[in-house]
Amino acid sequence: MATLQLSNITKRFGDTEVIKGIDLEVNDREFVVFVGPSGCGKSTLMRMIAGLESASEGDIVIDGQRMNDVGPADRGLAMVFQSYALYPHMTVEGNMGFSMRLAGVPKEERRAKVLEAAKILQLEPLLDRKPKALSGGQRQRVAIGRAIVRNPSIFLFDEPLSNLDAALRVQMRIELARLHEELDATMIYVTHDQIEAMTMADKIVVLHDGVVEQVGSPMALYHHPRNRFVAGFIGSPKMNFFAVEQLAVSSDGVVVRLPGGRSCTVPVDGQQLADAEELELGIRPEHLLLDENGPLSGQIKVLERLGGQTSLYVQMDELLITIMADGDVAYRVNDTVRFGFSPERAHLFDAQGIALESLTQHPLAGLTRHDNRAPGQAAVHGAVSPGEQV
Amino acid sequence: MNKTRASGRTVGGLRTLTLQAPAVTLLMLWMIVPLGMTIWFSFQRYNLLMPDMTGFAGLENYEYLLTDPALWSAMGTTLLLVGWVLAITVVGGTLLAVLFQQEFAGRGIARVLAISPFFVMPTVSALVWKNMMMHPSNGVLAWLAESLGLPALDWFSSLPLTSIIIIVSWQWLPFALLILLTAMQSLDEDQVEAARMDGAGPIAIFFFITLPHLKRAISVVIMIEMIFLLTIFAEIFVTTSGGPGLATTNLAYLIYIRALLDFDVGIASAGGVIAIILANIVAIFLVRMVAKNLED
Repeated sequence: MATLQLSNITKRFGDTEVIKGIDLEVNDREFVVFVGPSGCGKSTLMRMIAGLESASEGDIVIDGQRMNDVGPADRGLAMVFQSYALYPHMTVEGNMGFSMRLAGVPKEERRAKVLEAAKILQLEPLLDRKPKALSGGQRQRVAIGRAIVRNPSIFLFDEPLSNLDAALRVQMRIELARLHEELDATMIYVTHDQIEAMTMADKIVVLHDGVVEQVGSPMALYHHPRNRFVAGFIGSPKMNFFAVEQLAVSSDGVVVRLPGGRSCTVPVDGQQLADAEELELGIRPEHLLLDENGPLSGQIKVLERLGGQTSLYVQMDELLITIMADGDVAYRVNDTVRFGFSPERAHLFDAQGIALESLTQHPLAGLTRHDNRAPGQAAVHGAVSPGEQV
Repeated sequence: MNKTRASGRTVGGLRTLTLQAPAVTLLMLWMIVPLGMTIWFSFQRYNLLMPDMTGFAGLENYEYLLTDPALWSAMGTTLLLVGWVLAITVVGGTLLAVLFQQEFAGRGIARVLAISPFFVMPTVSALVWKNMMMHPSNGVLAWLAESLGLPALDWFSSLPLTSIIIIVSWQWLPFALLILLTAMQSLDEDQVEAARMDGAGPIAIFFFITLPHLKRAISVVIMIEMIFLLTIFAEIFVTTSGGPGLATTNLAYLIYIRALLDFDVGIASAGGVIAIILANIVAIFLVRMVAKNLED
C-alpha cells in the first residue's frame, strides 16, 4: 500500500518560484508520469518528493504521514537517476546491496535479496562486474535493481531512459511496464518524452512553468486536452492551430468560419463564449484528411515519406500545417492540396487558450493502461465513427 | 603499438627516425651525460682538498659510504620525512578538499588563501618559519605557548625533524588540496544523492563515495610529491643545516655535505648513485601503484 498526496507544494529558489502550488493525488499501485518541457519543474517536484530538495510550502504526505521533515532515506522511497548514479568502484552486487550494507543487514541476507532482484532483472551473470564493464541498458537495470532491493513503497524514476539509444529505449519501456505489473508498486516517472508518458502511464500529469496544466489518463489528455498547451504538447507531430471566426453558437456546437471561407460546426459547448470572441481551432495532423472537396487548401512545402505514412507540410496562408497522410499518396512538393477533417475531431480554444468542452466524451477517454489488458471490458464497441465530413 | 612507427621505418614516405633524432639525441645527452659523469666520478679518487690523490678507486668510495653510519641515518631521515609529509598532506588535503567543496560565503577567497603557500619559494618559507613562527623568543608559536603558560620550545634543537616535517607539509598541503579539490569537482552529484537515498550519512558518503572517487587523484599527489620530497634541501639548509648532529640530514643533504663541505667529489658521486637507486626502487613501486589505480 502506498499513496502520495501533495497539497499546495511550492518551491522557491531565492525570488524565483519554480513550483507554484501543486496539488496532486497518487493512488496505490498507480503509474504516474510527470511530463512537460524542460524547465517546467517536473524534476524539482520529484526531488521534493524524494526528499533531496525541501518544499518551501505545502505538505508531502506518504501513506497518510506528513514527510516534509523526514530524510530521503527514511521516506520509504527509491529513486532511479537519469545518469544511473551507480557507484563506479563497487560491483553490481555491491551497488545493489549498498543500502542494506549501510543498514547493517548480514551478508547472507543481503546476498539473497540482491539475487532475488537480480533474477527479476536478469542480472545474475553480471553481479561481479563493475559498472564500467556494463552496457547502457545493463547499467539501467542495475540502477532499477538497486531501487527494487530497498523494497520501497514508491519508486521514483527521473528520466531513466533518456541516455539510452532508441531501440533500447523501446525495450526498457516494455520492461518497466512489465516490472510495474510484477512488483505491483506505486511508481512516479518523470520524462519529457511523451511517447514514454503515453505508453506507460495510468495517469499523466502535464506540468508547465511550475503549474499542473492537466491530470488524466493518456487517452483523456489526447482526446480532451484542457487547454492549448496540453493540446500542443501531447501528440506527435504537434497539433495544428489556426484562427477561426465565430459565427454562431447553438446546442449542436459552435459554428465557425474556416480559413478559405467555408464554415463548419464543431460539437463543443460554446454557451460561455462572448460574442465574436477570437477562437482558435486545433486539429491533429493524423485527423486531417486529404480530400479534393475539402474546405482547406495549401501548397506542399515539404514531404516526408516514412513508408507507411507520409507527413505533408502544407503552407496555408502564413501557417505551416502538418498532415499525416497515407504512405501511398502521390503528391509532390509544390503541389496544391485540398484537405478537411471531421468536426468532432477538432478542438476549439477561446481567447485564453482554454479548450471548449466537447459535447460528447470520447469512448476511449476513460481508458487506462490496465483496461488495455482485458479487451472487451471497456466499452469500445463501435468506438470511433468518423462523422460526416465537412 | 604500430610496429612500423615504433622502429622508425618508413611512414608516409618519410624516415621518421631522422626526424625524431634531434629530440631523442638531446634528451639522451641530457640524461646520459650527467648520469655517466656521476657514475664515472663515483669510481674515482677525487677530493679537492687532496689534489694529489687521483686515479681509479674501485669500490672504495662505495665501501666508505656503505659502512658510514651517516648514510643509513640519512636514508632513514629521508624516508621519515617523505612518509610523514605524505601522510599529513594527503590526509589534510583530502579533508580540506571536502571542506572547500562546501558552499560558504567567501569560498573563492578562502580557496586562494589556502593554496597560496605553494607559491612561496622553499627558502623563503623556511626563513619565515625559522624566524617568525618557530623562533624560541620572537616566534608566534613561542608567544602562543607563553600566553598559555607553557615553556617556549626551541623547535629546531628539541624537535628538529618534526619542525622540518611541519615546514615541508605547510608547503605541500596546498598542492594536495589543489589537485584533490579539482578531483572533488568531478564527483557526480547524483552519486551522492543516490547514496543519501540509500541511507548514507555524511561520514558514510565520505568513506564510500568521496574517498574511492579521489583514489586516483590521491595516487597522483603521492607520486608527484614523492619525486620532490626525496630531494628536499633548501628547507634543511636554511633552518638546521642537517643538525643537530645528523638529526635532519637526508640523502640530498648528505651528498651536499660530502661534495661541498668535505670536497670529496668521489664519495659524493657514489652517494648520488645510491640516491638514484633508492629513487628508482621507490619509483617502481609507485608507478605500479599509480598505473593500477589509473587503469580502473
